[in-house]
Amino acid sequence: MIQFLIRRVFWAFFLFLAATGVTYVLFFVIPSDPARIAAGKAATTQLINHIRHMMGLDLPLYHQYWNFVWGILRHGSFGYSYVNGTPVRSLLAQEIPVTASIVFGGVILYLLIAIPTGVISALRPRSIMDRTGMVFVLFGVSAPSVWVGTMLLYLVGFRLGWTPISGYCSLTPAHGFGECGGFWPWFSHLILPWVTLAIGSAALYTRLIRANVMETMSEDYVRTARAKGASPTRVLVQHVLRNSMLQVVTILGMDLGLLLGGALFIEYIFGLPGLGQQILTANNSFDLPVIIGITMFACLAVIVFNFLVDVIYAWLDPRIRLT
Amino acid sequence: MAILEVQDLNTRFRTDDGIVKAVSGVSFELERGDTLGVVGESGSGKSVTFLTVMGLLDPRHAEMTGSVRFDGEEILGLGNYRLRSIRGKRIGMIFQDPMTSLNPVKKIGWQLEEAVRIHEDVSRSEARRRALEVLEEVEIPKASTRIDDYAHQFSGGMRQRVMIAMALINKPEVLIADEPTTALDVTTQAQILRLIKKLQDEHEMAVVMITHDLGVVAELANDVLVMYGGRIVESAQVDDLFEKPEMPYTWGLLGSLPRVDIEVERLEQIPGQPPSLLRPPPGCAFNPRCAYTFDRCRAELPELRPAEGKSDHHFRCHLDGGDRARIWAEKQAALAASMRSAG
Repeated sequence: MIQFLIRRVFWAFFLFLAATGVTYVLFFVIPSDPARIAAGKAATTQLINHIRHMMGLDLPLYHQYWNFVWGILRHGSFGYSYVNGTPVRSLLAQEIPVTASIVFGGVILYLLIAIPTGVISALRPRSIMDRTGMVFVLFGVSAPSVWVGTMLLYLVGFRLGWTPISGYCSLTPAHGFGECGGFWPWFSHLILPWVTLAIGSAALYTRLIRANVMETMSEDYVRTARAKGASPTRVLVQHVLRNSMLQVVTILGMDLGLLLGGALFIEYIFGLPGLGQQILTANNSFDLPVIIGITMFACLAVIVFNFLVDVIYAWLDPRIRLT
Repeated sequence: MAILEVQDLNTRFRTDDGIVKAVSGVSFELERGDTLGVVGESGSGKSVTFLTVMGLLDPRHAEMTGSVRFDGEEILGLGNYRLRSIRGKRIGMIFQDPMTSLNPVKKIGWQLEEAVRIHEDVSRSEARRRALEVLEEVEIPKASTRIDDYAHQFSGGMRQRVMIAMALINKPEVLIADEPTTALDVTTQAQILRLIKKLQDEHEMAVVMITHDLGVVAELANDVLVMYGGRIVESAQVDDLFEKPEMPYTWGLLGSLPRVDIEVERLEQIPGQPPSLLRPPPGCAFNPRCAYTFDRCRAELPELRPAEGKSDHHFRCHLDGGDRARIWAEKQAALAASMRSAG
């Protein structure tokens, strides 16, 4: 277990260096001049050079990269936005809760839909329920989330007026003027994004769970359990579910890691100021520190969720040992 | 009264390609404490027969008709609820592959306790005590520590012992063993068979031994059913079957049995493949592979008829008594000759 942890931390560190290093190099290959952008349109060459020096952009690449790593290690600072000088750390602190709210809410919603639907379809293949489920799956898979989001926005948000049309409210109570917060505002602003996220994924997960449960139902040990006189409920709960969740956990871990890097389409449609929106803006303005900051967070999310997947794996299946 | 009485059992599977007649017109009786050997190749319907008896087939795919009486009570088509109180409690079953027949994510102790707690309202500690007791009974070394192990931590033979323990924990009246030794190596096979025999004597239970190995039958069984193409083709007491088998398929099975007392260059084999149960050959199902086929075999299914002078020996074959006696005598003479030449 200790060995496993050490290996994982080492691996995380390596992944972090690789991801940020590649981002740095890529950025320098692109012909752009952040100093010129930062200085504004009417700046003199002298001013631009001065700004370039202040930002450390006149140093060689490896030196800049070192400054960046040192900043994190020494000061816990991820640098400052080239565009408006805001610390990247406070940008992330604002945006991570937005993206995390969308992603976790959406994932919980689609699991709540997919697990029962998948299990029932597997137990009663070709039944009405199974066939209805399949229609829903087909719809969910074929409808792009951009379209689903827009339709929901138009119908539920605009025509019916049941939910706010866009924007984000924090879960914590509002502090000052012009802010909104608290559970209900937070919930009502996010319900449409959650549904949008859930429709596509619930479909895929329903298929996945259906296939896995069906496969497990045909295992020899399930027959053994029935030969022991176990009731159908007992067979399902004690013998089938846990054994059929391995693959679901893997895909879920990957999905969570990816989505936390920014649920771009959904943030964009619903005007949610999350990581996806931010990285889009930062890309357009060559705002390297912000891009790096978000990349790092996305890496961290992937690493953490892969770690969790491995731990859950070992718990689900005693044949798997953490090494 | 027989503990298990099966009358005219038919099992058909609906598949996309048509109807598979897996079991056709099977009838037999099992007395308390007796051992019934059921022999046949893969696909002869022997396993399906007993899965039907146990009610383990999905009625959405399988159509089952006939009668299965357990201790005088009709159990075929009985609701799941009533059947569950018999399954695992009064009839235990063990399966071919101990590698896959135990749940990989539950401790074996838990799986044994479950078997008790499904049928009896006992405390966990009582269930555990019984689990430990039965593990010791099936001779698992260091049972008190191994009870907390998972299936993958056991060898194949030990896993089959765990399966036997699980089937026996509720002291059933009938044990159905579906090829319990097929997946095991020869030494382990012998140990498992000896164990089943020992437990049968101690518990006074009836055993159904499904196997393709006539050696196993010779060792354990009182009565034998030979199955082919979903039907019983010969049924007899074990001594009668080995002494004077009445039909070509059984001759073939006996000829392919390796014997330590006779050295032959090559074991006899039955040519061809078992019949398709989706489109069985017309007439006798064995006719395409039989060396003695004549026109009638291709046209008409032979009835199960009694052998001369033996009321409990039945077989299906169109050959008349004289021919059968002559062919079997020739086969025995050939065996004796190879015995002499060997030494």
